[in-house]
Amino acid sequence: MPTVRFTRHLKRFFPDLEEVEVQATNVCEVIDALEGRFEGMRGYVLDDAGAVRKHVNIFINNDMIKDRQGLSDAVTSDDEVFIMQALSGG
Amino acid sequence: MGEHVLVGTRKGLFALQQNGSGWESELLGFLGAPVTIAKYDARHKTIWACLDHGHWGCKLSRSRDFGKTWEEVDAPKYDEGLEIKPGVPATTRLLWSMAFAGDDQPNTMYIGTEPGGLFRSDDGGDSWQLVESLWNDPDRPDKWFGGGRDHPAIHSIIIDPDDSNHIFISISCAGTYETADGGKSWEVRNNGLRADFLPDPASSVGQDPHLVVASPQNLDIMWQQNHCGVYQSSDAGKNWTDVSNDVVHFGFAVAVSPSDPNRAWVIPGISDECRTAIDGALYVARTDDMGKTWTDYRAGLPQENCYDIAYRHPLDVSEKTLVFGTTTGNIFASNDDGENWATVGNSFPPVYSVEFATW
Repeated sequence: MPTVRFTRHLKRFFPDLEEVEVQATNVCEVIDALEGRFEGMRGYVLDDAGAVRKHVNIFINNDMIKDRQGLSDAVTSDDEVFIMQALSGG
Repeated sequence: MGEHVLVGTRKGLFALQQNGSGWESELLGFLGAPVTIAKYDARHKTIWACLDHGHWGCKLSRSRDFGKTWEEVDAPKYDEGLEIKPGVPATTRLLWSMAFAGDDQPNTMYIGTEPGGLFRSDDGGDSWQLVESLWNDPDRPDKWFGGGRDHPAIHSIIIDPDDSNHIFISISCAGTYETADGGKSWEVRNNGLRADFLPDPASSVGQDPHLVVASPQNLDIMWQQNHCGVYQSSDAGKNWTDVSNDVVHFGFAVAVSPSDPNRAWVIPGISDECRTAIDGALYVARTDDMGKTWTDYRAGLPQENCYDIAYRHPLDVSEKTLVFGTTTGNIFASNDDGENWATVGNSFPPVYSVEFATW
């Protein structure tokens, strides 16, 4: 199963956050699975329309996902998904 | 006449001048308009103001009479069809940095923009051309990204005073690039940096130097306040050493002494999730030994109930005098290498840029 890792900044809102494995074949399913583990996570990562928030980056291994609206980028069981804070302000 | 300090703010451009033991401030123009950076071209005795009108776009103005009158000139524009990434048209979103070539290229100047394009003018700013070699860098669409802005943006431009074809530029987020041939080709200069916000923190591209400066005495000595620490290089950016400690880590601005490459200043803040002064108290940190040790100087700066942060460009030094401004509209000055500070004003608009200029 793909592994999901998080920016430490999300621990401020989800104190129990830790690296997890999820059952998912694309980014959309990753987010669905995370919402089940960490209730409310979807609203931190995605906006009201379901797109990745402007200042959030999602990587699959070292590559940023391409589809920030539809979340269709595929993930495989060996992949590592990183949910990171884009750098904003300043 | 004499030494001035250009202050670009969220609501206009100001000039400061020392008057005895105090400072006088004069509004030079653009009241109400964000001045993202203001620079002085001593070659042509011209003040430049980069503007970011919220409704009307990015504009560029110059004054050849020290701020009495201003002339709007064409700002850099991206040609139709260029894209930041597939499906996202490239348009000028911010004019964020400006630098002037030396006497060997007396009419050449550069502007760094969001979304990551470097523009060059060879006619004193009358017209601008995109530096295509950098724009066409194969890493740009996928490995560069916004930091401080929605899209990648060039905040630092360093031109070798002895060779105007030798240039460093720095991008949030991509890192530092060097050209030795006037921008025909570029080399990445990020070795030794660490990006905690990337899956691979040691990635060669995608670093976030908040500001990069070089010693005017010795261009090999470079400093950078990075998103993830303070770094120093002694080989013109080929290798960077983390010189952070408990006193200095996160921040935006950095300045190097005009006369001593070993001496630099930063204005630390709480790390990126907060971006305020540390423990409600503002200080400037200085090293005199190439970053081995840092001393925090607080005298004259607010030490309680202070939530200021200084962004990338609002710190400058001239001989022993330093001036910096903050997002809270405070401006502070020191005449003793940053050890003791005096308040220039507490009610300026949020400060974007500070630069000494003599006219």
